[in-house]
Amino acid sequence: MASNKDSFGRTLFVVVGLCFICSVFVSTAAVLLRPLQIENKLLDKQKYILEAAGIIDTKSAPVSKLDVQLKYKKFVVAKLVDLKTGEWVEGDADLFDADKVSRDPANAFIPKHDIALVKRVANTAVVYIVNDEQGEPKTLILPIKGYGLWSTMYAFLAIEPDMNTIQSLVYYSFTGSGETPGLGGEVQNPIWMAKWHGKKLYDAQGDLAIKVTKNPVVAASVHGVDALSGATLTSNGVQNSLDFWLGEEGFAHFIEKVRKGGLS
Amino acid sequence: MANAKELKQVLSGPIVANNPIALQVLGVCSALAVTSKMETALVMTIALTAVTAFSNLFISMLRNHIPSSVRIIVQMTIIASLVIVVDQVLQAYAYDVSKQLSVFVGLIITNCIVMGRAEAYAMKTPPMMSFMDGIGNGLGYGVILLGVGFIRELFGNGSLFGIEILAKISDGGWYQPNGLLLLPPSAFFLIAAMIWIIRIYKPDQVEAKG
Repeated sequence: MASNKDSFGRTLFVVVGLCFICSVFVSTAAVLLRPLQIENKLLDKQKYILEAAGIIDTKSAPVSKLDVQLKYKKFVVAKLVDLKTGEWVEGDADLFDADKVSRDPANAFIPKHDIALVKRVANTAVVYIVNDEQGEPKTLILPIKGYGLWSTMYAFLAIEPDMNTIQSLVYYSFTGSGETPGLGGEVQNPIWMAKWHGKKLYDAQGDLAIKVTKNPVVAASVHGVDALSGATLTSNGVQNSLDFWLGEEGFAHFIEKVRKGGLS
Repeated sequence: MANAKELKQVLSGPIVANNPIALQVLGVCSALAVTSKMETALVMTIALTAVTAFSNLFISMLRNHIPSSVRIIVQMTIIASLVIVVDQVLQAYAYDVSKQLSVFVGLIITNCIVMGRAEAYAMKTPPMMSFMDGIGNGLGYGVILLGVGFIRELFGNGSLFGIEILAKISDGGWYQPNGLLLLPPSAFFLIAAMIWIIRIYKPDQVEAKG
């Protein structure tokens, strides 16, 4: 046995056989676990949407899976928006994957002023409308993303129907290993997140005025949010993400439309 | 056949006497990366223990059939398959933690403990003992990981497993967290300190000079 196990035929047989068994093993696991993983991903997103809208608070107590699903179904409506015109478009918004669509040249564009380093943007975007108990829209959630120091940071910007008052800015996902824990990672610190509540996006002239700043006077104003200490580049990333997604190549047309004619 | 004493030696040996991180100084990369929280350290320990144990088991079962010219590739294939499965299971059943561990689950493939045990032990030992050796080494890795994670999370963030122990000033308490502990270099200092302490009590682990 031992003498011929190194023969060419034996080596080939062992290698091919092993590869075959391993690939069956891996693909079986991947296929069987796929539905659970998709559900988890969706649930995770829904949890952050509800959190951005202030309907649940995962920081103070864990929220059950069922609770998230029920509340999402009850309060949240996802809709697709054409970024160029600001008009609603038909389509299944719940299954829309902006990153995936942005890789398709027919349905995406390369921004001219790519300050948030997003590289490609899908022509359509999802907007989440969160209703109150009476079914009246009380919050609008815009998904934004932008490069921080190490990673692309994904967030939900929740604003009131006046399209000016910020309800919250919730960072929910990062590519790679995310921002530095304790420094840039503090974008997920509840105390910093609370600073966004009630701030105004636009000044009296209707210009975008929200600033992440180190200047304490500006930070105390209605348009300012204190920058993260020790995380200048992450703070700049937050600012750039907001500037980009609220700008001409982001949700500006949609915001304009809602301001004029409401959410209908 | 293996007797009880030998089994105990294989299982408990790697925890202090022959610790993969402290003595063999293997797997330090992930020990730096995933120990800023107890939760991630624990899940990483379980993932690595499972991979080491099963890769040892399968490699040992095949040890008489693996051609020596391609043995490293064969070991790698088995380890990589196990790691992918572990990653998939984590994504399905512990999504939050798998999000935090991100690339480091995948990097178990390159963790020297797994390869080291496969090459040094499983290639010449029967399956059951190899399996136990994998568990022992996983536990040895875990002891250091959890120890480092305990200090880093407690003093760096004032909490353990996400539950607040020391109330932070930023949350209205009294404790000023040590931010350095949340950064990877602090794990270097802590692991070095642990190696130092272990070698005070076990001077035979000190490498010969010269």
